[in-house]
Amino acid sequence: MASGVKPRVKVPKSAAAGEAITIKTLISHKMESGQRKDGDGNVIPRSIINRFTCEFNGESVIDVVLEPAISTNPYLEFAATVPEAGEFKFTWYDDDGSVYETAKKIAIG
Amino acid sequence: MQFTRRSAILAGAGAFMVAGLPLRAATKADEVIAAFTGGAQIGAGDITLTAPEIAENGNTVPIEVSSNSAVEILVLAMGNPTPNVATFKFGKLAASRAASTRIRLAGTQDVLAIAKLEDGSFVQASSTVKVTIGGCGG
Amino acid sequence: MKKMTGAFLAALVTTTYAIAEPVDDTLVVNEDIAIVTRTAAPAHMADAVDEVMSGWLFRGSETRDMQRDDFDNPGMIFVEKAEEAWNTAEGSEGKSCASCHNGSDSMAGVRPVYPKWNEAAGEVRTLEMQINDCRETRMGAEPWKYTGGDMANMTALLASVSRGLPVNVAIDGPAQSTWEQGREMYYARTGQLELSCANCHEDNYGNMIRADHLSQGQINGFPTYRLKNTKLNSVHARFKGCVRDTRAETYKPGSADFVALELYVASRGNGLSVEGPSVRN
Repeated sequence: MASGVKPRVKVPKSAAAGEAITIKTLISHKMESGQRKDGDGNVIPRSIINRFTCEFNGESVIDVVLEPAISTNPYLEFAATVPEAGEFKFTWYDDDGSVYETAKKIAIG
Repeated sequence: MQFTRRSAILAGAGAFMVAGLPLRAATKADEVIAAFTGGAQIGAGDITLTAPEIAENGNTVPIEVSSNSAVEILVLAMGNPTPNVATFKFGKLAASRAASTRIRLAGTQDVLAIAKLEDGSFVQASSTVKVTIGGCGG
Repeated sequence: MKKMTGAFLAALVTTTYAIAEPVDDTLVVNEDIAIVTRTAAPAHMADAVDEVMSGWLFRGSETRDMQRDDFDNPGMIFVEKAEEAWNTAEGSEGKSCASCHNGSDSMAGVRPVYPKWNEAAGEVRTLEMQINDCRETRMGAEPWKYTGGDMANMTALLASVSRGLPVNVAIDGPAQSTWEQGREMYYARTGQLELSCANCHEDNYGNMIRADHLSQGQINGFPTYRLKNTKLNSVHARFKGCVRDTRAETYKPGSADFVALELYVASRGNGLSVEGPSVRN
């Protein structure tokens, strides 16, 4: 697991049924591109978050393939429909096999 | 280092390789696009790419893609050594076919977004982003 | 009143773009914290400039926007990391920062007055020095590297709880001689390029130096998350970069010279809001 990886998400605490909400996500990750060389001229191996998914109550909101051209500390913003109360599940997949997850509940009201 | 005939030849070869890079990248981009579209025609239409005209730093360039009817959007940076940037696949609960992120651009270049629409057709939009190189390394 | 100084700088500035003044924009963070990004210059600068301006005004719109919301500001990741460190006991005394200071928000008002004279130590101290004093003396923990990640994170946390408060460092009394030393350094030409801090940041702010828009070199936004290196940058690390760019041997981060320079540069921003962690290019 890459060190110091920390996911953050911003989701409203509540929404009206069927409302569209904005979700922002950010994960601290160096996103080593595999293009850089170290002081000795050796290529620093690629190590990135290569996929991000967001689901609500098991239904997909967005599924993103990330490439080395995504900036350090990958940031994603998108919109989701909230049909009912439930939970958003966010998952980031690391090149090294690590999976980082976080979840946010949302109420209707 | 002494500038010998051999190093001059090597330097020349290096220059040739550098000069050859954009061509290679373009070929790579063509492959990626072909894989995404299956060789289908790409038109203009329901796809918007928002990117700054001038980026203060190529390391962190904010972009947004949006469409009314895209099921999937591919983003490419045509001047990067590897053109792929991201692919957004919208699920059933996506409230809009739009997403924002921050990307790396190796220099001034065109950013390209290709959307696959619900009707199976493909549309594209591109935007030139000037990347400035600051004088102060700090 | 601005005058062009230094043949090298003059060449750089005049051969590139036209003057690009700072933008007319206002900064409110999280739709809550109003940030003073331009205000009347403190009295001690009366002969130099009329108005002091945050570096935020010299950045592009995308960069400025990243600072309007804590979620969009990547510097806040490091604030969250420091919040964990704040509440974690370390060292032989089994204490955390919170053991003495309670919540980190209790530190509101501390950042704006540093660097500050420390009577017991008989010296002007930066926030970093005070943090390491706490770690060594109160916690029995190892000091942090002056410009290292842990230290930058903690100074970002302490800045974040003071955002919106005016920078207000004391320049008189026992701090005066240190402040005068800093002022001396600010106006002294240095390096092969023979540039002083003032040549760029007083005489030419608003102008382009090649593709860079020169700011007043204010430090009210430090530590700052730079898009360039995608991490928090401390004041002394930035000073070091600037001095190196003049092609001079630089001072060491944490050295008495940089402490004096920090006090003086901070005082040039008296009245501007604390902004750290800010976002810059």
